[in-house]
Amino acid sequence: MRAVTWQGRHDVRTETVPDPEIVNPRDAIIKVTSTAICGSDLHLYDGYIPTMRAGDILGHEFMGEVVETGPKSTLVKGQRVVVPFTVSCGDCFFCKKDQYSACDNANPATTSDMSETLYGYPMGGAFGYAHLTGGYAGGQAEYVRVPYSDVGPIVIPDGFEDDKVLFLSDILPTGWMAAENAMIEEGDTVAVWGCGPVGLFAIQSALLMGAHRVIAIDHYPRRLELAKKMGAEVLNYRDTDIREALFEMTGGIGPDACIDCVGMESHGMGIDNLVDTVKAHTFLGTDRPAALRQAVLACRKGGRLSIPGVYGGMADKFPIGALMEKGLTVKSGQTHVQKYTQMLLDLIADGKLDTTFMISHHGGLDDAAGLYKAWHDEQNDYTKIVLKPGMQGVTALQ
Amino acid sequence: MTDAPAIAARDKDQREAAAGDGDEKAVVGRTVTINRPRDEVYAFWREFPNLAGIMENVERIETIDAQRSLWVVKGPAGKTVEWESVVTDDDPGRAIAWQSVEGADVKSSGRVEFIDAAPGRGTMVRATFSYDPPGGVIGEWIAKLFQREPAIQTRRDLRRFKQFMETGEVASSASPSGRESESPTEQAL
Repeated sequence: MRAVTWQGRHDVRTETVPDPEIVNPRDAIIKVTSTAICGSDLHLYDGYIPTMRAGDILGHEFMGEVVETGPKSTLVKGQRVVVPFTVSCGDCFFCKKDQYSACDNANPATTSDMSETLYGYPMGGAFGYAHLTGGYAGGQAEYVRVPYSDVGPIVIPDGFEDDKVLFLSDILPTGWMAAENAMIEEGDTVAVWGCGPVGLFAIQSALLMGAHRVIAIDHYPRRLELAKKMGAEVLNYRDTDIREALFEMTGGIGPDACIDCVGMESHGMGIDNLVDTVKAHTFLGTDRPAALRQAVLACRKGGRLSIPGVYGGMADKFPIGALMEKGLTVKSGQTHVQKYTQMLLDLIADGKLDTTFMISHHGGLDDAAGLYKAWHDEQNDYTKIVLKPGMQGVTALQ
Repeated sequence: MTDAPAIAARDKDQREAAAGDGDEKAVVGRTVTINRPRDEVYAFWREFPNLAGIMENVERIETIDAQRSLWVVKGPAGKTVEWESVVTDDDPGRAIAWQSVEGADVKSSGRVEFIDAAPGRGTMVRATFSYDPPGGVIGEWIAKLFQREPAIQTRRDLRRFKQFMETGEVASSASPSGRESESPTEQAL
């Protein structure tokens, strides 16, 4: 089959590789009909995430048709499913608490040592996201092997085109959980850093959860435009002193909740980000948390900080003093996708959530190399890319 | 005055003394918590042939009688080694200990304990293995090179045990990839 493979920093190639097979009884094989590229795939593209190996298949946002099932799978051939990016067993302490991204069993014994060393305990499992998360082949391919298929995949009823439901796999529940972690109360002003897809879904979710006001921060005009369409007030940090603006707009109190939808490759204009960038490129090993630092400092006293943005390692110069002295509550984590998929599918069905607005491009698997580069270089014009196996050539949707 | 388990001692001698018989290379696997009742976990382990699916370097185990079993194990550099093992302690639901018989090619022993975890959490499993690899010290170095070093294997074996007891499967990312010539079940890095 054809699959998009990581070959090194800034080197993505579509290759012909062996088809997946049923390995364990609860497995299923999915024929992929749509698969998206994620902002966190760019961290892989930029070589920030360790334990990638040349030839690894990328992609963790995918959906398609069930074509083969193991003896203990509950899926039926022909069903149309969206597959969560989290590989979760459903039986461990964490899955039973709905903390699916923390599954204790999905990461095979041979790969779980690494995250145990890095983070203190072995990480959960995920598709297409390095051997840290188990080395599972990803979904930017024609077929995918899905373990624990009785836990993850959600069956999609007729009447929903792929683009409408694909983001149940990752970014929609991620935006939702990000807003949920902000513990929004009546009258709240919520500030969101990053108007990529996760930020845009966080904005939408926050307003649905009753936020009085959402203020969104970015520097790409197109993304700010999309955020405004979602109902946010927008700030461009290239023109605006963000902390001053937030101070004034909230009448001197500060936003009640701050959501960092930027993560480890923050752009940012301050000297702190410059130092981080140099360190990151020279492998002195630091993440670049410029947006996070700003969120900590901007948040009101006693406020809430929600961190869905992906970080991998250590951060220099983190304002832990500000966090403590202001008494912030911090909630974070990789998305517990399975906890949210049914509820979000219902919201999509009721027309309460719009998911297609942010897709800027469609392309085929063979167009992947060019699309990764384009998305990396032109984040204003490329907001979300969906690959359709079998499609040839790139179509711009806006 | 301490409640710390011996494995966490800063002093190396204290750690090794706790692991058992000073004669062999004793390694203690990290304790795992398995979301199953103690008796069920004990019963699975007591049927030694079951362990072949859990322990990476064990090819198979055959039951000879109620106390004795034959262990066939992969050594470094592709060889297999076998020895007869006998149960030396059996406290149903709580502990099992076994060791290789006198004159066996490989001197080895193991002890596993099953302890109630906090209410609602299942069973804590603590395992100690002593394993004198074929080829002595040189063998150990070679084993380490190919990632068959006992301490790592023990830790991984317990993880696989937990996966099997809780999910009915041993997690595997055996899958297609664009990587060159790699056995799908071995993700050595």
